[in-house]
Amino acid sequence: MSRVAQFLFRRKGGKGWHWTDIVTWVWLVGGLFIMFGPAVWLVGSSFKSPAALAEFPPTILPYVTQKVTVEGFDKPLDLYEVTLPDGSKGKLAEVRRIGVVGQMINPSNPGKVIKVNISQRTPVRAMSFASGNYTEPFTHFDFVRYLWNSVFVTVVATLITLVVNSMAAFALSKYEFRGRTIAMLLILATLMVPLSVIMVPLYSIVSALGLFNNLWGVILPTVATPTGVFILRQYMLTIPDELVDAARMDKASEWQIYWRIILPLTAPALAVLAIFSVVWRWNDFLWPLIVLSRKELYTLQVGLSIYSGELNVQWHFILAMTVVTMIPVVLVFIFLQRFITTGIAGTGLK
Amino acid sequence: MKADVSGKTSLGLGEIIMLPVRFAMGLIDTPLRWLQRMTGIGGMATFFLLPNMLIFGIFVLLPFFINFAYSMTGGTALFLPDRNFVGMGQYSRLFDCSNYLDPNSCAEDTFWTAVGNTGWFVVLQVTLMIGFSLVTALILNRDLTARSFWRAMFFFPVLLSPVVVGLIWKWILQRQGLLNFGLYGFGFEPYAWLNDRNWSFAATVGVSIWAHMGFYTLILLAGLQAIPKDLYEAAEMDGTRPTRAFLRITLPLLAPNLLVVIVLVLIRAVQIFDEVYVLTGGGPGTSTLYLTQYIYETGFAAQLRNPGLAAAASILMGVVLVVLTLLQLGLSRSSEKNGGRK
Repeated sequence: MSRVAQFLFRRKGGKGWHWTDIVTWVWLVGGLFIMFGPAVWLVGSSFKSPAALAEFPPTILPYVTQKVTVEGFDKPLDLYEVTLPDGSKGKLAEVRRIGVVGQMINPSNPGKVIKVNISQRTPVRAMSFASGNYTEPFTHFDFVRYLWNSVFVTVVATLITLVVNSMAAFALSKYEFRGRTIAMLLILATLMVPLSVIMVPLYSIVSALGLFNNLWGVILPTVATPTGVFILRQYMLTIPDELVDAARMDKASEWQIYWRIILPLTAPALAVLAIFSVVWRWNDFLWPLIVLSRKELYTLQVGLSIYSGELNVQWHFILAMTVVTMIPVVLVFIFLQRFITTGIAGTGLK
Repeated sequence: MKADVSGKTSLGLGEIIMLPVRFAMGLIDTPLRWLQRMTGIGGMATFFLLPNMLIFGIFVLLPFFINFAYSMTGGTALFLPDRNFVGMGQYSRLFDCSNYLDPNSCAEDTFWTAVGNTGWFVVLQVTLMIGFSLVTALILNRDLTARSFWRAMFFFPVLLSPVVVGLIWKWILQRQGLLNFGLYGFGFEPYAWLNDRNWSFAATVGVSIWAHMGFYTLILLAGLQAIPKDLYEAAEMDGTRPTRAFLRITLPLLAPNLLVVIVLVLIRAVQIFDEVYVLTGGGPGTSTLYLTQYIYETGFAAQLRNPGLAAAASILMGVVLVVLTLLQLGLSRSSEKNGGRK
């Protein structure tokens, strides 16, 4: 507690409140709400039933009006806490509502209808997590397919990226050959050619290769990342050339040098690239949206956006699926937070 | 002794997983040795470079070049040989306006609406983004308890997918959303923010800042932490006021990082698409229709798609991006020169 208090009331130089202390305090506390609030709100809402989602004012946690099944009525009735004219309180079920008067019955004695003004009743509510939001999309929306497609694209693209980029980086860092600088410049120049500039011709090429409506059409154009080649090359340059020469003396083939010597030594940089690649490919949206038009091929991101753009948005499912989509990235972040934040600060890459 | 030996021979889980990979790599080695004997070591360099350059060539360089060809053809056919040559027709269609300040007077009115929207978006978003991330970086650079927590707090939306970001905020800004709930407490009536032209525009600016601010904050924070502390101590000894120290020490020394951030934000702002597409879909009307979405819709989503027009628009956007990048290179050169003169 004292640490908290000490933190809360820390001041610059300990000489009384400087205006910058107040700004810092307001900024961080405000940030706490603005940065985390939306995510908390999303997770809270994802457990609500459709009826609870339509309520206003909403509640942060998922509450549901209690219902009772009464003999003689097909549907379960809403349960209310009622103040009766004689001042006593009781729990009654509402049969129907006419204007401001609710016709209520006592669940244990359903014979007699009691008329109650609606201002005299409040719904009986209890917290209830609508776990169906999470389980039903698996049967409703081919959710498993989208999940599988996303996982497939992410894993395969990342593996290919690692192999292809590390091979290129090896060639560009450990060999002298004509055109090396041109190859490097070409790779770096493509950093300036984003997808939005080349999407029309890229689409025609992917179609010509028969990769339209094919997960490989999503994977292949993304794997030769210039950033990946760059990171790995910079790292490989720090590996002494003597290692390569010594291996050649021992009659190692060039492939063995790459595979047995260079790759294991590049492991830290490969790990960085793998993390970035997983996040990139998991989050990719525009390109899969263009290439995939058949429902069963959608990735999670495409599926989510299509369903959320429909006329009657089934928000209770969308919210739950959004939470599931967030999970891998949030896990990556929680475990590798320090690693990522310091890594980005060092390299300026995203 | 015995325990040691058995420890060495037993395989860990990782090694077992790697066994088939090792086996495959050994198999590949034989033909590759043969290849190496044929081509020599230099040839192997080409071999290593080839897969990456091939993918690069097919999926980046080739589209880049045939994009120019596309922009000079018309019709709805997808493949280049089936398309008819129209010369600069698509460009003149894009620029066919009687009054450039009024999109409605143009043949391609949505293009100019998108250009105008993107322009406003870039100006507003870049200014606010730089402001917010600079202030956040300055605050995080103070002597804070649990700094890594605060840093992570501002950073985590960066990793979220744009679709998730768009959906989170769509859910907050809708009629029964969190924002209306908060305002309801102050006596305001619920309002459908995303159905309002101005508010939905503001929402796209705000949401994109929320999502990416943490990234730029990190770069600026790294710059701030690289400034030697003794400079401030010396300034304090000389009785320099903090504002003056900020203007004379912090800003000049942060300039290189600030420049990188400004250009990165600019380049990304020009291409804004994903979050906005999910959040507003370009609407209401065309109030949040930005350039990338215009290209996407003209080329792919429209009833009568026009790949040539989309290609022409994308080339114009590419020109803007190249100019911005060259501007960055030029500016960073000149700032290096100035640094050298000191």
